Formats: sequence, structure tokens, C-alpha cells
Amino acid sequence: MTTASLADRTTAVAARATELSKIYGQGETQVVALDRVSIAFQQAEFTAIMGPSGSGKSTLMHCVAGLDTFSSGSVRIGETELGSLKDKQLTRLRRDKIGFIFQAFNLLPTLSALENITLPMDIAGRKPDKEWLDTVIRMVGLSDRLSHRPSQLSGGQQQRVAVARALASRPDIIFGDEPTGNLDSRSGAEVLGFLRNSVRELGQTVVMVTHDPVAAAYADRVVFLADGRIVDEVHGPTADSVLDRMKRFDAKGRTS
Amino acid sequence: MFRTALRNVSAHKARLLMTVLAVMLGVAFVSGTLVFTNSLSDALQKQSAKGFDHVDVAVTPRWKEGEGGKTGAYHELTRELVDASAAVPGAARAIGTVQGFTALADKDGKLIGDGFQSQGGNYWGAEDPRYPLVSGRAPKGEGEILIDSRTAERAGYEVGDTVRMSVDGPVLEPVVTGVFTTDDGNVAAGGSLTLFDTASAQKLFGKAGTFDEIAVEAKDGVSDTALRAQLEKALPSDAVETTTGTRLADDQAKAIASSMSGLKQGLLVFAGISLFVGTFIIANTFTMLVAQRTKELALMRAVGASRRQVTRSVLIEAFVVGTVAAVAGLVAGVGIGAGLRSLMGTMDAPMPDGPLVISPGTVGSAFVVGILVTMLAAWLPGRRAAKIPPVAAMSALHATATTKSLVLRNTLGALFSAAGVAVVLAATTMEGADGQAPMGLGAVLLIIGVFVLTPLLSRPLIAAVAPVLRVFGVSGKLARQNAVRNPRRTAATASALMIGLTLITGMTVMAGSLQKSIDKMAASAIEADYMVSMVNGRPLSSDVEKELKRADGVTATSPMRNAYAGVDGQDEYLTGVNGATIGELTDFPMAQGAFEVDGTRAVVDEDTAKSYGWKAGSVFTLVREDGAKRKLTVSGVYRANELVRGILVDTAVLDPHASEPADMMVMVKTADGTSDATKEALEKALGANPVITVQDKQDLSNEIAKMFTLILNMVYGLLAMAVIVAVLGVVNTLAMSVFERSQEIGMLRAIGLDRKGVKRMVRLESLVISLFGAVLGLGLGVFFGWAAGELVGSRMATYELVLPWGRMGLFLLLAAVVGVLAALWPARRAARLNMLQAIKAE
Repeated sequence: MTTASLADRTTAVAARATELSKIYGQGETQVVALDRVSIAFQQAEFTAIMGPSGSGKSTLMHCVAGLDTFSSGSVRIGETELGSLKDKQLTRLRRDKIGFIFQAFNLLPTLSALENITLPMDIAGRKPDKEWLDTVIRMVGLSDRLSHRPSQLSGGQQQRVAVARALASRPDIIFGDEPTGNLDSRSGAEVLGFLRNSVRELGQTVVMVTHDPVAAAYADRVVFLADGRIVDEVHGPTADSVLDRMKRFDAKGRTS
Repeated sequence: MFRTALRNVSAHKARLLMTVLAVMLGVAFVSGTLVFTNSLSDALQKQSAKGFDHVDVAVTPRWKEGEGGKTGAYHELTRELVDASAAVPGAARAIGTVQGFTALADKDGKLIGDGFQSQGGNYWGAEDPRYPLVSGRAPKGEGEILIDSRTAERAGYEVGDTVRMSVDGPVLEPVVTGVFTTDDGNVAAGGSLTLFDTASAQKLFGKAGTFDEIAVEAKDGVSDTALRAQLEKALPSDAVETTTGTRLADDQAKAIASSMSGLKQGLLVFAGISLFVGTFIIANTFTMLVAQRTKELALMRAVGASRRQVTRSVLIEAFVVGTVAAVAGLVAGVGIGAGLRSLMGTMDAPMPDGPLVISPGTVGSAFVVGILVTMLAAWLPGRRAAKIPPVAAMSALHATATTKSLVLRNTLGALFSAAGVAVVLAATTMEGADGQAPMGLGAVLLIIGVFVLTPLLSRPLIAAVAPVLRVFGVSGKLARQNAVRNPRRTAATASALMIGLTLITGMTVMAGSLQKSIDKMAASAIEADYMVSMVNGRPLSSDVEKELKRADGVTATSPMRNAYAGVDGQDEYLTGVNGATIGELTDFPMAQGAFEVDGTRAVVDEDTAKSYGWKAGSVFTLVREDGAKRKLTVSGVYRANELVRGILVDTAVLDPHASEPADMMVMVKTADGTSDATKEALEKALGANPVITVQDKQDLSNEIAKMFTLILNMVYGLLAMAVIVAVLGVVNTLAMSVFERSQEIGMLRAIGLDRKGVKRMVRLESLVISLFGAVLGLGLGVFFGWAAGELVGSRMATYELVLPWGRMGLFLLLAAVVGVLAALWPARRAARLNMLQAIKAE
């Protein structure tokens, strides 16, 4: 909300998509999900991607996060070009450089909260940085819940574990796919608060897909997508400004 | 409801595949067994009926009771009786037949066939209608024989060749004067038939002047019964019996069918084991399907379906699955039946030709077994489905069907197991046969108990391998946790494997221990250097011992002569030995007294002593075949062993009073001990006879080992089917688990677990489940093997438990391999999972 603080940040780019296209099918049945999208995500910036259903917002995130393949263009995470990577290298990149928070809580029910948090590092066979881990856990307020299983945690607590998991391995960038979609408004606000804090206090880069103007208002910047193209961008958004912007889309959508 | 069920089946085709396969294999085993045994039985019956083509009425001698204490004998069928039979008005021809064991050697001097189907007989007159000649002429005198065309072809003999042969000892070298064809069942089944002229056959088989049977053929237009009536009138009815050919064929067909039913039942037991193992998979599959469909089923309940209707819909699904599996199994079973027949044909056991018999009974049992087994196994999951509350349709999460407490289950399991162990232990202290029934009961209780307890056992046992799995990092850790995530499912999957391995291990332990103890017995009880016997266990001529006695370097010999005599008014089998030498040739551990056998003293084994109430020093009276009596003193009581049992007396006590001495074995001690040269010398002394084997202790031990290996391999082969079904169960469980956890797997892939890691996770889970089942099976198997050994061991002085560590290690290794193989397909599926779809699916 405070645009002033942005100026203090470095302007290095954490991830960048250039002329990114994603086309499903061929000929008559061809569907263009992304149409030559170019976008950069600055380090230590919290970006929200918005747009109506079918606008390509999730596809954009999946492609940039190395979860999905794209038809043309380029995606870079730091210095790494994703287009040329094989599945194995892509997996390693996701493991080491990217954090994920999904809508459905996506924790492993057999692991304790702590084990879920350190899972990406376990997969990599790395020892977690103890101090950093403590910082993250303290931040999301899970210190007394670490040995609980996901089934013993509330929805909000589960998503906080997911946030801690994403933060714990110090990825270059965190992607959230509707991270508050399944939460009540209070739990949602908590989770979004942690995400914003991680950007402010820990210098984390976060990209989040959402359809909720209130959630988007936590971001530094909101990017609007429609029909696979970036149509607008708002810096320092408020829930009202975002809602306003969305209403215009709807109106345009109805008239066109 | 029926339509919903059908839709469900077709919607879950892939998930039901393993279930169908499991049921199919069981049904195929059952129907394959039925097709094979029925076809075999049918072919053998047709074959044997052909053998009666030339017999319209058979005349056989009646038994003549012994008078004045003498042992009885058959009346003699003399030439006069044959002529009298031929003379009745309805008879076209009467043939007197004699039969006996006749072994032929091939050109290398080796016995043709296995010795059990080597037959000899007589060629009647100048032209015997039973045996049409292909070439050559009828034999005359002992120096000439006929052989059957199959044998001639097999051995490469032609008319004019000189062949080596033997009837009960001495080697003969007659000339082949002709080759004949025959429908004889023995020959069709791979045996040989050698024919002599009638006088020579009678002499060689020790039946000079008499026949075994008179086969009378009727004139055209004379019925069997009419001919039989004529014969009854013409022949002395106290001396002979007449039977029509049809009746004989019927009797033989019945005998074949009943001998076949033993084989059939044996095979069906193993088929039953496979089916039983299959029920675990069926139950598992339907439990999982119901769990996955909780919402759907709850919706049906919400819109008004009754509990019964829900259960019925699950059972209808099971019915459809069972029907499909039964059809497939029947087809596969017919294939197995046909395949088995041609397989046995290519091995050294040619089968008589005949059509494949697929009786309505076979088809019926395939359907009944397939459908019934599937529906029974699906019944519990069906009941569980009915208990899903309608409200479950509204809740966002799957109602977890497995949170039900295991307390009741564990208590029951512990009770069953404890009772099982107690009964088995109690049975081991019992005497031989008395303990069999309680031991079987205890075994069943324990297996049920352990099966019920497997969910409880899975946690600690699987936790025990955690250190090993840790080597594999996250994949190993997740695999371990996934394996114990649903204890019931893991337990059912592992139990299926456990059953097969329990049986296999138990059999292996028992066979190994028995073999070792028989071996040990042979080593300690036998002092002789060589044992001479017939290959097929028939008695030797007493000439053999005489020849051996004369051979160079032989210092002592004794026969083991079968005889029987009356003791206390009962017929009792005795063994006649040479009392002067037997002490040098054997060393039986004695329970009482001393081992002294001569004209007035005998030794008996413990069982016999017990049944007659004798001890060392007791006196009993022996009534010999001709009625002569002799008082004998029991000089000692020996421990039972596998070589000899019963009463041992001196041959001198028996010989003058017996008809034909029948030596089962001749024991030989030589000056130089065992060596290849000595063995060769002995064989030479016997004229290099193809039917007589000269064995030292090592040969005997090898032969015993061979027999045990053969039995074990057969059992392994039959139990392999149960193991294969269990492996299908592992595949099934894993495939289902991968399907259920696709969201998790997608998330793991997203946060950085590569395909290899996912594959490894599934593979390790499979490995853990398989090894869990294998360890339980090995444990139970060893326990049962030990317990059964304790029972048998009480009767065997040399019994010793042998744990086949090598074999057990191999089984464990095989289980591991099976686990990895079972995971191939599910692991591939898991690794190929589309991440995005998996994550979104909710």
C-alpha cells in the first residue's frame, strides 16, 4: 500500500516471461490460453495476477513456475531459461528455486507439520538452515503445532504450514495459486499477512493468482489478464481500486 | 440399481482388472484341473476298453483257503480248463494268458522306460489275434521274443536283433523274431511289452503249466451273458470265476476314475488355496472402490436409496466381475488342460489320445466358483457401503472408512493366535497320528489369528526396516509411511502373500528335516557296503543273492526277504534275513535286549512289540505258509527305522516252508569297502542286468534327496499360482493407492520430487509390503515345520530340525523381487501423472 517502500528495493528481476504463448489444440479447435505475454517479477515484490475465469492467469503462473510447458516465447527464473530444460532439470529448479502454495492445502497427511515444512529440503537431501527455519515458523505462529498431523490442524493452520514450507527453503520466488480460496476471511487475512511480511521483512518475491480483490490488495502490484493478454496493471492497489478495475472489465465484457 | 452397478463396472474397468485377473486365475486352476483329469480319465477308460476287445468273458481262478493252518493259494488255471472253455458251444476261441514283469535294455544296456511299466506276456499259438504282427513271426522257445512296435521304434530294434532282457534276476539274450502292434494301455502310456511263446512265458514268470486268466471270445451272435452261462456250466465253479468283458471294462473304468479323483482332489486343494488368496484381493478392491465412491453412495442414499439397495448395487458389481472372470477363467482353464496334456506328452509320460472333455460340471463349477467367491468377498465391503450416512454427500472430505478402532480386531486376533499356538504346542507332545488333527486345527487358528493381527503387526515390523529405508531419503520415508497408512489394506495385501509363503516354507522345512533324518538313519543303521535291488521295487529272484555270494571280494550277504506267517492267529508280514551275517550288515539301535537272529530267536520293532505285548525274552509261535509251527524267542526290540519294520527272523526258519522267496533287497559287505571297481565287479557278477541296481549309501542318500526334491518342486509349482495371485494383489493395492494419492503425488512433483523419486517411493512401498508378508509367512512356516517335525520326530530316532537358511533367504529375495516387479506398472503410472491435473483435482 505504501508505494514509497518499493523505491528502497533492488530492481533485479526474479523471474521474467517474454512473448510467452500457450496454445492448446490445432486448427479449428485451437485455443490460445496465453498470447505473447511479457512480464517481469522484481525481487522482493508481491505481485497479484487477476482476471476472469479463462483469462489465462493460472496458465501464466504454471508456465512461469515450470509446472507446465509453453508453446513459444521464453521464461527465465533468475538466469535460467526454462524452455530448454528437461523434466529432471525442471524438477530440480522447482525444488531449489521455487516455492509453492496451492489452493487445496496440499500437505502430506502422513507427515507432521514440521516434516511438511522441511519436505522440499528433505527431497533435496539438504539440512535446513535452523535459524531461518525458526524465523519462518515463528512468523507463521506454528511453534506449538509442529508435531501435529495436518488432520489435527484447522484449514488456516494448514495453509500457514504450506506458507512456511514455501518460505523455508529460501526460494528465489514463491508462487501461490488462490492460496486463500478455501479459507474463511480471517484465516485468509492471516495467510496474506504472512506473505506480505515475508516480502517486506525477508525480501521474498511472491507471485499470487487470485480472484479476490481483498486478497489482491495485499500485493504491491496487481496485473490484470483477459483473453490471454495483460490488459492493465495497478501499483499499490486497494481492495476498492481493484474492485473498481474489475467492474470495468465486466462491463466491457458484457458490452463487447 | 442394476444399471448403476453396470455403469460402475465399466467406469472402473482398469481398477477392476487385477481383481478379474485374480479370480480368473483361480477359476482357470479349477477348470484346468477338471478338464485335464476328465480328459485323462476318459482317454484311459477308452484305452482300457480296447484292451477287452478280445475278451467277451474272462475266466479267473478262485482263492483256495489253506487247510490245517496252511496259507491259502489260488486254484490253478490249467491247459485243460482252457481247452474246456474253448469247447463250449458259444466260444469262438479261448486264450490262456500269463503276465509278468519283463525288462528290456536298449542298445546301451540301459533299461527302457522307468521299470514300472515293463510288461511281459505270452503269444498264443501260431497267430494271436490280440497282437497283430507288423513284421517277423511268432517266437519259439526262450531264445525268441516279440516286442511292441513303439518300443522297437524307441530303442531302434529290428527283427533279428539280439536284445538283453531280464524277468526277475538273470539276464537273458533272446533274438527278436517279430514286432507287433497293440492297444495295450501300458504301452500307450510309455511302457514296453515283450511276448514269449506260452511255455516259455509260464516258465519265466514262475507259473509253469498254469495261466493267470482265460480270455474267451464269443461266436458271432452269442451274447456275453450267454457265453458266460455256458462257461459257468462247463467249468468247475469252485475253482474258477467268470466275468463278462463289459463288466471288466466297467470295473476298470471305475477304478481309473477313482484313481483319478485322488489327483483331482489334490489339485483342487491347491486351486482352493489360490482362490482363497484371491478373496483378499477382491475384498481389498471393493473396500477401496466403496471408499472412493463414498460421496456418490451417500448421494444415492440422500435421494432415497435404501441400505439394502446400496449393498445390492455393490453385490451386483461383484456378480458382473465374477461372471466376466469366470468366463475368462474357463477359457484359460480349457487352455491349461490342453496345454498340460501336450506338456506331459512331450515329457516322458505320453498320454493316451482322446478328445478334451469339457463337461457341464466343469462349466458349472467355473461359474459357481468364480461368482460365489467374488460375491462372498465383496459382501463385507457391500455392508460397509450401506453404512455410509446420507450426510456424507454434503461433506467436503472423504469419509474415512478406516478410522474404526482396531481394538476389537486386535483382541480377537490375539485370542485366536494364542489359542492356535497353544493347540499346536499341545499337539507336538502327542503321539504321532493322534496329534495330526489338533495340529491342523491349531495351524488354522493361528493363521486366522495372525491374519486378523496383521494390521497391528504391520506398524512395528515395518518400523523395523525404517533404518534401511532412510538410505533412500524422502522416497524411503514416504514409502514407509504410506505402507502403514492404511493398515487394513496393507494387512490384506501382505496376508495374501503370507499364506503362500507359509505353506512353501513349512513344506521346505519339513522336507529338509525328514530328508536329513532319513539320511542319518541310513548312515548309522546300515553297515553294508552295497544294497542290491530291483529298479521298480519288485522282488528279486533268490538267485541274485547266490550270485553275489560267489562274487570276488564279497565277505557277507543277507537278503531282506518278504514273507508272511501267522502269529497269534493273525497274518503278519515278516522279514527274513541271514542271521549269521545280518549283524555285520546293519546296526539298529536297540530299545531292549540284543540283536540276535537265528533258528530260535528273532527281533521285533517297538510298534510290533507294543501291539503284541512282547518284550525281550517273550516267546511266540510262528505258523508258516505250509502250516508248520515254530516257537521263537524275542531276543531284542529295535527302534523303528525307515529301512525295516516288524519281525526279523532267520531265512532258515522260513525257506523250507515257503513257496517263492521274494527278496526286496540283498545287502552286501565287501573286503575292500565301497569303490567304483567293487561296484563294477558286483554289477558284472549279476550279468550287467538292466533292472538291478547296486547302490552304496551315498547312492541311497542321493536317491532319497532326488525324491524329496521332486516332491518339493511339485508343491512349489502348485503353490506358485497362489503366489502369483498374491502378487496381483500387490499390484492392485499399489495401483489403487497411486490413484487415491494422485493429488499428493502431484504436489510432491511440483515442490521438487523428480520422476525417479516418485517411482522409487512406490517401489519401496511395494517392497515393504511384500517383505512384510514374506517375513510373516517365513515365521509361520518355520513354526509349523518345527511343530510338524516334533510330531513326526517322536517316531523317528534320528529326527532333527533342519532350517533351510539358504532357501529361506532365497524366498525373501524372491519376495523382494516380486515386490519390485509388482510396482513396475503402478510406479510408472505415478511418475507419469500430470502434475497440474493432479493438483487441481479436488
